[in-house]
Amino acid sequence: MSALPVTYAILFYAATLLLVVGLVRKIVLYARTPAPLKIPTTPAPVSRSGVVLRMVHEVVLFTSLFKATKWTWLFGWLFHFGLLLVLLRHLRYFQAETWFWVDLIQPFGKYASYAMVIGLLGLFARRIFVDRVRYISAPSDYLMLLLLIAIGASGMLMTFVTHTDIVMVKGFFLGLLRFSIEPLPSDLLLLTHLTLVALLMIIFPISKLLHAPGVFFSPSRNQVDNPREKRHLAPWAAELEK
Amino acid sequence: MADFETPELREYPIIPKLKEGVMAHSKPYVAKVQFQEALGFPGELVDNWEEKALEKLDDLRGRYRSLQVYLDSCVKCGACTDKCHYYLGTSDPKNMPVARQDLLRQVYRRYRTFAGKYFPRLVGAKDLTRDVLDDWYSYFHQCSQCRRCSVFCPYGIDTAEISMAAREIMDTIGVGQKYCNEIIGKAATIGNNLGLPEPALADTLEGLEEEVEEDTGVPVKFPLDQKGSEILLVTPSADFFAEPHVDGLIGYAKVFHEAGVSWTMSSYASEAANFGMFIGSYENMRSLSLRIRKAAEDLGVKRIVFGECGHAWRVAYSFLNTLAGPFDFLDPNYPVPQHICEFTYDLIQKDKLKFDKSENDHMTLTFHDSCNVARASRMGDKAGGQFDIPRAIIRAACNNFVDMPADAIGEATFCCGGGGGLLTDDLMELRVKGAQPRMEAYKRVVEDNGVTNVAAICAICKSQFTKVLPYYGFGMTDIVSVHQLVSEALVLSDAPSDDNDSDTEAEA
Repeated sequence: MSALPVTYAILFYAATLLLVVGLVRKIVLYARTPAPLKIPTTPAPVSRSGVVLRMVHEVVLFTSLFKATKWTWLFGWLFHFGLLLVLLRHLRYFQAETWFWVDLIQPFGKYASYAMVIGLLGLFARRIFVDRVRYISAPSDYLMLLLLIAIGASGMLMTFVTHTDIVMVKGFFLGLLRFSIEPLPSDLLLLTHLTLVALLMIIFPISKLLHAPGVFFSPSRNQVDNPREKRHLAPWAAELEK
Repeated sequence: MADFETPELREYPIIPKLKEGVMAHSKPYVAKVQFQEALGFPGELVDNWEEKALEKLDDLRGRYRSLQVYLDSCVKCGACTDKCHYYLGTSDPKNMPVARQDLLRQVYRRYRTFAGKYFPRLVGAKDLTRDVLDDWYSYFHQCSQCRRCSVFCPYGIDTAEISMAAREIMDTIGVGQKYCNEIIGKAATIGNNLGLPEPALADTLEGLEEEVEEDTGVPVKFPLDQKGSEILLVTPSADFFAEPHVDGLIGYAKVFHEAGVSWTMSSYASEAANFGMFIGSYENMRSLSLRIRKAAEDLGVKRIVFGECGHAWRVAYSFLNTLAGPFDFLDPNYPVPQHICEFTYDLIQKDKLKFDKSENDHMTLTFHDSCNVARASRMGDKAGGQFDIPRAIIRAACNNFVDMPADAIGEATFCCGGGGGLLTDDLMELRVKGAQPRMEAYKRVVEDNGVTNVAAICAICKSQFTKVLPYYGFGMTDIVSVHQLVSEALVLSDAPSDDNDSDTEAEA
């Protein structure tokens, strides 16, 4: 067995472990930390189902961002939904028999990469050209966009310009799922793509990408507006009453 | 004192270019030793303050999910950057909500995250130095906790939560704000923010009774400490003497009188505003709330009604049940607490109040949605009642009403510029500049629709407008209380028939 697939197998196992452990730790932390006061922001729903609807709107349509700035909304939405389709398309590398709908979305996923990269370039441009956004940007904010752009661009090159041996790539990832190391094409573009993806997985739980789980735990968005009807008391606040 | 320029009011709002550091000098007076210690905080900056500050940050992260999630989740998208009235009015980039939050977030990152510990420059993490503390003191006292940024943030990140945490951290290391902490001390010992003792209060209310009877010929009562009353009214103490607040109080009294219910105020809990919220202190907020509970129990009332006040209504509506509940000794047929606007609105719905709207015909009104009523609480039983109910009351009492532009009212309303514990003379420059977006919207309806007055339901808004309207070329008496409009137009059913001359009415 050559060093290449072994190296990448280790890289992906490590990246997956760090991603999962890191995210689970944060999610447990968020879930365990009490929210002692009712602080939903207007327009606050008065029922649980209203909260679910609000959250769906926020996560699918980016409602609040739409209210705030149309350009950021447009680029942000293009990026996130391009990325979603692209990720779903990649499911085929993890299934011996692909699901029907994964086959169906292949062509859409292919072109969604354009939406993804255009969105990212738009967000990058805003960071450079809008003085307020430039002021609040740290180097990591630019690098995160560049990393995603590089992942998208290397993937697009393989899709549209110089194809790699995707049958062998699929064999490699299916192998990882059974803890067996299969050969991987020694294609520089592919290896760049995979390295960057692993890097993204590793920094996900220690970066601002935590906004993904964070949005579901945001008290201003996930609380029901019923403080007069139902008493809301955190455990540490209940201690004060003793 | 006015060694600053009042911002220009333009035809349409423009997002200003950044001017770094222009508001760095704006700092409120630091609380003196005795006021700090009275609240259980150290008198002055403690020796190992860096360590203590981080300890407090950890404590708060463990107690408030909002703080932990908001410190982690910001992606610096920029959605909030043009939403803060203090940024729009001052151009100082540290008044952009995300930049304000970052003053705390940079320290959290430096000491409590992997990236910040090992790659501080990469992620904008910073050591906690004296300069950073100075920035905290300046800029966390340039946030009125109005929550406008939270409406527009894709994750709902609320700078108010961060500001409150930062202020609590500063209190814990001995750097409190004089205005807030002095006031909390007065409310916690005397019962109200002004430090009015019971005899002064009784005297004031007696004076009001005489005045109203002279004006209307009706003995409208302003009861104090009357046991067995049905309703306890808790109102901001500014209502007892400040203009136009007191005209609102007269309005509440007339409404209670017409409703025929017995009511009382309490000298023990003679304050609706709860400054414990401004400094982020759950414990202080709780002890002030418990005074209201005790007053309700001692007086044996069945209902609690709050007067016109913004942040007070947030604490009352959103937190009172949590802090001082359960209120199972009160009449379960009414929400606890109720807003005076809900009370009046119910009577209007039941056709129990008669208005002569022409009494307000000399005015064309607009309504300023107070930030904490608009974005942090509600009225009535439907979402958005906090917008509809006060407007319905104004329309019931006035013929001429026009709303300001849609991006300056409702959930997008601009703070008056004086909320969140900033209503103090040592922050006059900030208050004037922070009022600019509101003043711009007001100017639009003044010029386009002939608006002459702006009504509000918040004691801070009323005081702030009285002070800043003149800076922008408007009259200080443009600001009116909503229940002042009610008071003017309400027809008292037991008024002596037509011996009233309307001149005295107009002077009231």
